[in-house]
Amino acid sequence: MKSSIAATVFASCLFIGLPTITVAGSEDVVVEDAWSRASIGINRPGAAYMTLRNTGTDPVTLVGLETPLAMMPDIHETTTDANGVSSMAPAGDIMVPPGETVSLEPGGLHAMLMRLQIKMVEGETFPLTLNFADGGALTVDVPILGIAARGPEG
Amino acid sequence: MNRSTLITYGAAASGVLALALFVGWWQVDGPGTPEPAAQRPLPLTQMKFQMTDQDGSTVGPTTLLGNPSIVFFGFTYCPDVCPTTLSDISGWLDDLGDDVADMNVVFITVDPKRDTVAAMAEYVSYFHPAIQGWSGTLSETTRAAAGFRASYEKVATEGGDYTMNHTASVFLFASEGQFLGTIDYHEPREFAVPKIRRVLTRA
Repeated sequence: MKSSIAATVFASCLFIGLPTITVAGSEDVVVEDAWSRASIGINRPGAAYMTLRNTGTDPVTLVGLETPLAMMPDIHETTTDANGVSSMAPAGDIMVPPGETVSLEPGGLHAMLMRLQIKMVEGETFPLTLNFADGGALTVDVPILGIAARGPEG
Repeated sequence: MNRSTLITYGAAASGVLALALFVGWWQVDGPGTPEPAAQRPLPLTQMKFQMTDQDGSTVGPTTLLGNPSIVFFGFTYCPDVCPTTLSDISGWLDDLGDDVADMNVVFITVDPKRDTVAAMAEYVSYFHPAIQGWSGTLSETTRAAAGFRASYEKVATEGGDYTMNHTASVFLFASEGQFLGTIDYHEPREFAVPKIRRVLTRA
């Protein structure tokens, strides 16, 4: 009897303890220099850029995005081949090694905002939630700059 | 180490060598060879296509003769490369100031189905005022791309939408129409601006 109680207590500790064991890493992600460009209407997809810095000791993996702004946000990557032909494709999961930074920047990785629900208006911001493989999530407010913006400073 | 171990190691080593040679052949001479570098665009005087600019005027390669030109392809439903190219070019033009007053700067859409004349007019209005937006029929777009030796391809995306892969290089032409060179996508401003200045000074 005693031992089965102990076992139950031990099991529930293990169960309660699990999330803190598995959510390791994503809380150490720092998002900097987030920005996006204003849209013309809502028919064209938008894009957002930022840097993800992993200040922790474990690798973290970005697995998805959510935002009220767009129905289908996803990380895409632009590549340009030897002939100068650019193409864009879903980038899949993005791993940020401990102590390193991954940049989402024009001409490379970007948060592709497909199926805009509302127009992206210069001067406003929108929330973008980054979901990580460990179950953690981080929501950042992304400033919307002008259509011709070249970087986080405009 | 006995004789049979030596033979085993020897066989493994030659296997690795053969594999390395095969991989090398595949990448350099075999089916994995990168496509040869794109051909040079024709002179503007040898191109034949007709489009409509953002103001509704009929335009074509000969419209550009008389002034140096910057021409590039893209589409307005492109969220990353195209606004970046247009804003990069706007920045170069800002740096060049009054020197670009007579320069033709033309953005040709590879997606005329969505990029109507009105859509192009609105889109280019957000960038440097020198940038024109040209839109043509599907067949005229094909003819234009062929002249510039540019390529583009429609690619289906999630949810029934599509995107366009396309040549993202920026082409430079002299005022008499001869091709002078390209600025590659994302070339830093310190290289791009002097290239354009050289084109301007030879005009």
